[in-house]
Amino acid sequence: MTLPNPEKLLPEMAAALDSHLAAHGISDPCFIGIRTGGVWVAQALLKARDQNEALGILDVSFYRDDFTQNGLHPQVRPSQLPFEVEGQHLVLIDDVLMSGRTVRAALNELFDYGRPASVTLVCLLDLNARELPIRPDVVGATLSLPPEQRVKLLGPEPLGLEYQTLAPAAN
Amino acid sequence: MTLTDAKRPLQLNDIGQLRHFLSLDGLSRELLTELLDTADSFLEVGARAVKKVPLLRGMTVCNVFFENSTRTRTTFELAAKRLSADVITLNVSTSSTSKGETLTDTLRNLEAMAADMFVVRHADSGAAHFIAEYVCPGVAVINGGDGRHAHPTQGMLDMLTIRRHKGDFQKLSVAIVGDILHSRVARSNMLALKTLGCPDIRVIGPKTLLPVGLEQYGVSVYHDMNEGLRDVDVVIMLRLQRERMQGGLLPSEGEFYRLYGLTTQRMALAKPDAIVMHPGPINRGVEIESAVADGPQSVILNQVTYGIAVRMAVLAMTMSGQTAQRQLESEHAAKEQN
Repeated sequence: MTLPNPEKLLPEMAAALDSHLAAHGISDPCFIGIRTGGVWVAQALLKARDQNEALGILDVSFYRDDFTQNGLHPQVRPSQLPFEVEGQHLVLIDDVLMSGRTVRAALNELFDYGRPASVTLVCLLDLNARELPIRPDVVGATLSLPPEQRVKLLGPEPLGLEYQTLAPAAN
Repeated sequence: MTLTDAKRPLQLNDIGQLRHFLSLDGLSRELLTELLDTADSFLEVGARAVKKVPLLRGMTVCNVFFENSTRTRTTFELAAKRLSADVITLNVSTSSTSKGETLTDTLRNLEAMAADMFVVRHADSGAAHFIAEYVCPGVAVINGGDGRHAHPTQGMLDMLTIRRHKGDFQKLSVAIVGDILHSRVARSNMLALKTLGCPDIRVIGPKTLLPVGLEQYGVSVYHDMNEGLRDVDVVIMLRLQRERMQGGLLPSEGEFYRLYGLTTQRMALAKPDAIVMHPGPINRGVEIESAVADGPQSVILNQVTYGIAVRMAVLAMTMSGQTAQRQLESEHAAKEQN
């Protein structure tokens, strides 16, 4: 199966986001990308909406639920939120939604900055493999993959997608 | 035979990650840089409304202090709390050792209480090493200062201070001034600066307060403070450790201040944008003039703030390394069985 071209999905996502925000009476939300792929998608989405306002960046390494299995990510960098979260409408953006655990970690981290008015979730791809009750409000495309297959986002410009096959478990 | 820690990477796991933090000796530039980068991220956490992350939730950190400490003990406690760990702080001078319990027994008891990490300060050099090697290999052991040997978290918080205020280590001249002989901070700083590529490390002090064999650290030695301070970017002052001095190492404190005290006039010899550091507690009028300690070039209080972030990074990374090691060992055991 051929993977979709993210550059082609973005205009549709921008339009879908506009109607979602309008339907919920949200104006002037702040945008936040989850490092690294989510930041690239967020930048492209802001560009597609002709916006050049400051983008928030979240690094969820300190909030992951797999620390006791996988330890700390070796390249953790500071999160940067150049706006107040308290009372703010937020648009949270990630590249690939799989189990939903990254989004869970991101939500926990966001609430440590304050109590947002709302959070809208935007994902480029939904892999239909959620393990938590988390659904995107806006999604570029939905795919179902065999268990050993993953998708990786290439970027930041131009954005592209490629398949990755997991190595069989060692033993 | 006892090997030095450079030859025996006791503090690393099988894939080269930190699992104890005992000394900066033998740690690579990449590892020290990773530690500083992680600390930078924790510094951002300290600026939030909620200054806490859930990383070490459910884990227990024991601060075991066999020697007095205010800053190190409280910042380690705060660091562990900000990582959501449970913290016990034990001042051993007021506990069972005064009833005759040995170091080993005290620690084994704490281990039996399911402690995951020990932060140890001890007056004997090598105490933390001993604990990591013989007493509690499965617990992450962090050296909070051992005798004259090492104070690696202080060393790294000094490096974070320098990196944040002065940038690239490879372009800097750094002077370490005062009582080098009794200073574990000086040893850790010299090792870290050398590993991080600082080309000009100067050590300034009277002959009686400089240890023999300083050359192995790749430093230049000055006995004249005015000469040593010329055009440096960073001045690290050390406390005169009177409690560790035996015999007549110094004529008087007044004489020491006259020759090695950091005054406004002397500070003018360094670069105009040079920073002044001190691990604390400072002795005003003994090694540093109040006008310098409280002046615009002083980053002494920033060091305390950075200390929390560095200690968070050390706790998180050593715990991560211990976890990875256990994972490796169980995978290895599973392979053996098959």
